[in-house]
Amino acid sequence: MAGAKEIRTKIKSVKNTQKITRAMEKVAMSKMRKAQERMINARPYAQKILRTVGHLAQANPEYKHPFLVDRAVKRVAFIVVSSDRGLCGGLNTNLFRAAIRSIREWKEKGVEAEYAVFGNKAVAFFKRVGGKVVAQTSHLGDKPHLEQLLGTIKVVTDAYRSGEVDRVFLVSNQFVNTMTQKPTIRQLLPLAVTAGEEGERSSGGFPWDYIYEPDARELLDTVLGRYLESQVYQAVVENSASEQSARMVAMKAATENAGKIINSLQLAYNKARQASITKELAEIVGGAAAV
Amino acid sequence: MSIHVDIVSAEGQIHTGEAKMVFAPAEMGEVGISPRHAPLLTRLKPGAVRVQTESGEELAFFVGGGILEVQPHLVTVLADTALRAKDVDEAAAAQAKQRAEEAMSNAKSEVDLARAQAELVQAAALMQFLDKIKKR
Repeated sequence: MAGAKEIRTKIKSVKNTQKITRAMEKVAMSKMRKAQERMINARPYAQKILRTVGHLAQANPEYKHPFLVDRAVKRVAFIVVSSDRGLCGGLNTNLFRAAIRSIREWKEKGVEAEYAVFGNKAVAFFKRVGGKVVAQTSHLGDKPHLEQLLGTIKVVTDAYRSGEVDRVFLVSNQFVNTMTQKPTIRQLLPLAVTAGEEGERSSGGFPWDYIYEPDARELLDTVLGRYLESQVYQAVVENSASEQSARMVAMKAATENAGKIINSLQLAYNKARQASITKELAEIVGGAAAV
Repeated sequence: MSIHVDIVSAEGQIHTGEAKMVFAPAEMGEVGISPRHAPLLTRLKPGAVRVQTESGEELAFFVGGGILEVQPHLVTVLADTALRAKDVDEAAAAQAKQRAEEAMSNAKSEVDLARAQAELVQAAALMQFLDKIKKR
């Protein structure tokens, strides 16, 4: 009966694991709903500021902001947005793989890279593979606030302003739907702004410019700074929604797998039990015949 | 004649609709914007943005600073949610940098500990498994 007992304990432990994964699935599901809401709430601001920056790109300011000037690339910076926790399928792994591919492409061109990272997973990853991490923020929690991101963003924009880096990329997961999250790499700086169609209509084709109060330089600085921050914030909340939905899917699969394992273990247990009963019966019958 | 108003903050949409006139606390003093105003870009001070709707009703929204963009038929208020001050930003930047440096230099950081723990659990499980196989 030793085999049967072992199987029984094994079944128990798998059942416990299944309970945990099921609970995690439920938790992720409710968190995902809230994270998605936050993602949708952040969209209007991102759209409106994009429109403003689009208008700005068509205006003719006398001052050329460094964020809009394309320079020869000697160093690049990557802002990598990852999750704080694991158990969310291949979400972070896929993201890092995409990042590494892009970093390698730059390396081949002789361009060095540095990193600013959000989330524990990215911190651990860059520690393992090595690389110059200039700033990091983790433990963003389920409700990331813009304040938490500002420090790291500022480190990168300061590096760009001072000419240490010539291009900045944002690496994050794009939330397509609950089942799909796509790792994406977007260029943040210099700004690649395309003028919107509606702007052309409002300007009537004539060259125009804003009235800037107090002055163009400071205002452009503020507007473009806010634009960058909103892009990063959007990426962070989107990543948070991606994380929860990826976790939900992964935990659902884990629960199902645990169920399958329990079934096959149960079958093995029944067989072992049956075999031992048959053996005992045979022994008794054999014993009786010998007497 | 009306002007479209959008008031948004990073954490959500606050107001959208048509208006007869909009008042906003610009940095250089309060401004009143009627339809067909010249394009204007300015920063906002903390204060109330007032929107006069077409029915003559007046709506007020508090903003803690932000940016005001005016196009002839469009007013956009990009409100700040975060408390903004130059020295606050500087301090946050210094902190983010410091965290990165500490993590790079300190081998016994939290992350490492978590990783080591995970590896330990894995190793222990493997040992148990090997023991079981040997016994058979």
